[in-house]
Amino acid sequence: MSTWDRFVDTFFNGKVMAKYLPDILSGMVVTIELAVLIVITGLGAGLALALIRSLAIRPLNWLIVFTVDLFRALPPLVIIVLIYFGLPYADLSFSGFVSTWLSLALVLMAFSEEIFWAGITSVHKGQWEASRSTGLSFGQTLMNVVLPQALRLTIPPLTNRTIAITKGTALGTVVAVTEILGEASSAMSNSYNPSPLMMGAAAYLVLFLPVVVLARRLERKFAWKR
Amino acid sequence: MATLSIVDARAIHKHFGALHVLKGVDLKVAERELVFVIGPSGSGKSTLLRCLNRLEEPSSGSIVVDGIDMLDPRTDINHARQRIGMVFQSFNLYPHMTALGNVTLALRKVAGKSRAEADRLGHAALERVGLADRAEHTPGQLSGGQQQRVAIARSIALEPRVMLFDEPTSALDPELVGSVLEVMRSLRESGMTMIVVSHEMGFARNAADRVVFMDDGLIVEQGAPAEIFEHPAHDRTRAFIGQIQRH
Repeated sequence: MSTWDRFVDTFFNGKVMAKYLPDILSGMVVTIELAVLIVITGLGAGLALALIRSLAIRPLNWLIVFTVDLFRALPPLVIIVLIYFGLPYADLSFSGFVSTWLSLALVLMAFSEEIFWAGITSVHKGQWEASRSTGLSFGQTLMNVVLPQALRLTIPPLTNRTIAITKGTALGTVVAVTEILGEASSAMSNSYNPSPLMMGAAAYLVLFLPVVVLARRLERKFAWKR
Repeated sequence: MATLSIVDARAIHKHFGALHVLKGVDLKVAERELVFVIGPSGSGKSTLLRCLNRLEEPSSGSIVVDGIDMLDPRTDINHARQRIGMVFQSFNLYPHMTALGNVTLALRKVAGKSRAEADRLGHAALERVGLADRAEHTPGQLSGGQQQRVAIARSIALEPRVMLFDEPTSALDPELVGSVLEVMRSLRESGMTMIVVSHEMGFARNAADRVVFMDDGLIVEQGAPAEIFEHPAHDRTRAFIGQIQRH
């Protein structure tokens, strides 16, 4: 057996791959479910916080800034472990799936709040003044004039963050979530062969490459001439 | 009540922290009048203008525009602002909307017009500023002069009772100034009440009813353009007009 054959036999073993393909596929489904939930709730909460922050209510803003800084500073793994193993002591038990979802959604909320907020504050003051001078209220100006401009500015940093944090679903293995990496590593130990890990890697590419491409399209679509 | 003044501002003071920008300004403007406000930079003329529609909150004083007490907390300020158009030095068009979108936003959101009705009024306003054929262009596709005319259309579409112009031509290339002044002149001919902060002395001379000279937060003197430009009573006015006309 040549070195190349041994390499292929080890990392791309057809038999092993065929056997564990269904596991990897079911792991993909779990990862997609987690990712969709994280993106929707994380970005939604982040945007909501940024909008609340624009109301400039002091004590509320302190609370938002504190929360956001906290979840930006903590490693996501620590948050997952705290929720999964810590909250039961407060009579709150979440499954591994829910713990992973909550943790990563909180992290995405924190980062996206900062990005949305930066977008809102980067819209020129004259835009507010022009809109308010024609009689639009604060809220109408925010929703019709400022936010549409802010969102366009936030698309590139937001997609980067979203992808980075969504890949964190792999951390769910720690609390027994059967997502891609979890399935791949248990298949790896059962088969004494790393081929399932390669399938896992391929699965991540299949999932995230289209997202990256879509993000680039969005950026182009929403760019406008100044 | 001697005359019908549509704008009646009294004893306006404005502080920015330790800075006393307006030191008790009175300004009355009659219906259909065109008042030109001139003065050195930092004299408070833009701040005065911005107090009239409460983009700046005056520290004290009273402002009544078209019978509405602008500083009364019970006044619906958003409703009141519909009647006071404002044009800015930097145009401030919404870059994510077409010219028509810019003009119709407040018509739909504030005046409560249907989209069809707003579009009709929007096209009419763009026509008045000579840009009927640019309705679907975005601000980025328009020249500075065209952008400023769209901004004027955005205001006049709401049929304001008075228009405020804050250095409307200062950001424009010289060859584009004329088109904006042309629109302002036709507005004036239609009987619009206008308060203009600007350095366009030629325009002031042949279009303004009254020129107000401000310096250091106060109105130093005011009168007919010929009077102020040819025979200013105060040294500060004379010095300022001398500087402007040397250019």
